[in-house]
Amino acid sequence: MSEIIQQPLLEVKDLKQHFNINMGAFKTKPLKAVDGVSFTINKGETLGLVGESGCGKTTVGRTILHLYKPTSGEIWYNGKKIETKQDIMEFRKKATMVFQDPYSSLNPRMTVADIIGEPLDVHKLYATKEERQARILELMSHVGLNSEHAARYAHEFSGGQRQRIGIARALAVNPDFIVCDEPVSALDVSIQAQVINMFDELQEKLGLTYLFIAHDLLVVRHISDRIAVMYLGKMVELADAATIYERPLHPYSKSLLSAVPVPDPKIARANQRIMLEGDIPSPLNAPSGCPFRTRCPYATEQCAAEMPAFKEVEKGHFVACHRVAEVN
Amino acid sequence: MSLLEVKDLHTSFFTDAGEVKAVNGVSFNLDHGKVLGIVGESGSGKSVTAYSIMQILAGTGKIVSGSIKVDGEELVGAGEKVMKTIRGNKVSIIFQDPMTSLNPTYTIGHQLMEAIILHTDRNKKQAYERAVEMLRLVNINEPEKRMNQYPFEFSGGMRQRIMIAMALACEPDILIADEPTTALDVTIQAQILELMKSLQKELGMAIIMITHDLGVVAQMCDEVIVMYAGSICEQGTADEIFYNPCHEYTKGLMRSIPTADTAGTKLQPITGTPIDLLNMPAGCPFAPRCDAAMKICLHERCQRMEINEDHAAACWMNVKKGLEAGTITAEEVTCNE
Repeated sequence: MSEIIQQPLLEVKDLKQHFNINMGAFKTKPLKAVDGVSFTINKGETLGLVGESGCGKTTVGRTILHLYKPTSGEIWYNGKKIETKQDIMEFRKKATMVFQDPYSSLNPRMTVADIIGEPLDVHKLYATKEERQARILELMSHVGLNSEHAARYAHEFSGGQRQRIGIARALAVNPDFIVCDEPVSALDVSIQAQVINMFDELQEKLGLTYLFIAHDLLVVRHISDRIAVMYLGKMVELADAATIYERPLHPYSKSLLSAVPVPDPKIARANQRIMLEGDIPSPLNAPSGCPFRTRCPYATEQCAAEMPAFKEVEKGHFVACHRVAEVN
Repeated sequence: MSLLEVKDLHTSFFTDAGEVKAVNGVSFNLDHGKVLGIVGESGSGKSVTAYSIMQILAGTGKIVSGSIKVDGEELVGAGEKVMKTIRGNKVSIIFQDPMTSLNPTYTIGHQLMEAIILHTDRNKKQAYERAVEMLRLVNINEPEKRMNQYPFEFSGGMRQRIMIAMALACEPDILIADEPTTALDVTIQAQILELMKSLQKELGMAIIMITHDLGVVAQMCDEVIVMYAGSICEQGTADEIFYNPCHEYTKGLMRSIPTADTAGTKLQPITGTPIDLLNMPAGCPFAPRCDAAMKICLHERCQRMEINEDHAAACWMNVKKGLEAGTITAEEVTCNE
């Protein structure tokens, strides 16, 4: 991981993304996928975003890139607020995305060269055909693909290689910032390590900034400088990677981390897991106040009445819990 | 005699492109009350091994040779009639995806009772009672009410509990769990694993845990089999496999997992891409990706060799080490082949 310059590249302020769900008979109900999330990502940094399915982590990534129009909230990039259509187009030359599923995120009817070249076409980033071809081959070599792969179709590749194609496409516009949405969770362990190393190397070489969304906490810990934990559309904790693993403050982060199976039999047998009761509530019927209170062993009346503020309890360590002092 | 004895099992899929040898000479034993983990990457043959035991292979799949004995009874070549008495009663299976393994058009109660009536001589009323009892056993609240609900009314974790309840309703001796928690979130995974562990202690059955997650193996298993390209490369007790891996593939796997100590450093991945089962190399299937591969690895497959009484591996490196240390002689190597 490269040297971190404490200069915010991306600022997200009170971002909300509500989807209207059809409940039949002309009734709709808002599904609050992301409900008031704020954070910043510094230049050259990797921010890990973790949480269980339905917590809104993917929606955060997509909304930042304006794949969904945010319901409310602000996104600032390089000190400039993104508002108009033109801003969005400009922003997308600097910020791209790598998707989770290397099977469905590549068009089966396009050759590898065309898949990687498409962003170049969209943003008109070349003058001649030769220039386009040269850029495509350069991108392919960045991600460890041979030039003879260019004329082939996606189905001829294995999962790990497809993910490399997806990464080459994301790099095509020469971005500063990449949203990586579970980029390694569909891959086998041995291939996963290859791709993680590639993310590391590209970051060093090209000075990239990542928002790394994943549910595999071992992977996130390895790659991230700071980590944010989400639960039911809200951010519950944010701190640097080592702190959050060694000294999590929020009861949800504590149980989430203790639930991770450790690949070491002696530690695994001795490990005292903090078991959570029940399942994650549906985001359509999110609990009042703190979203975690229905499964939290420390919940009080105050937790049901009001949402705890997301505040800095020590330098760089944010947590949203009323009872953070009592819990720890 | 072990509860389950699998000997030199070969299972192939006959496709248009040729024969795919999905399981290629797998042998292992499983004793009462033990948890055996089978780990491997996609395409390593771990699920096909399980499906062969249950004989629920897809249309083109066939057990080519080998022997599978449950309680001394031979299953390879036995007819559907025999298998019907085995499935559910002696060996049960739970699948990876709890979303698709329940029928969406019937209630949970109907599906549970169907399995119970089919495999035992209980009548409808007794089957209902048994179903409710099973739901209670897997910690589902208000089981009587839940009996009348449909699968879509349950969360993923609860559906997996229902699958477990269904699999255990007829008290099988062996439970095969094919990636039972892969589709679930970590906190739910922890609940399900804990449940399986406590049920295993309570009911005393043996479990075959098929997974690609070494963390799950470390937490659950007494014994471990590591598979690659349809063959067993290493097997032994969990402690032996984790603390004394003796096959280059297992070592590579252990090195490629990110841990607390790897943060800020490079991982050491296994190079290359997974093997194409239609074009298997002549020698060790892992040789093309192995950093330590020697000449012999490329044209001759290494036989299983005992490391100690709890541990065996099929890797030429161990033979080389043994020869150098003088613990085995050159004649022994040739007669092993």
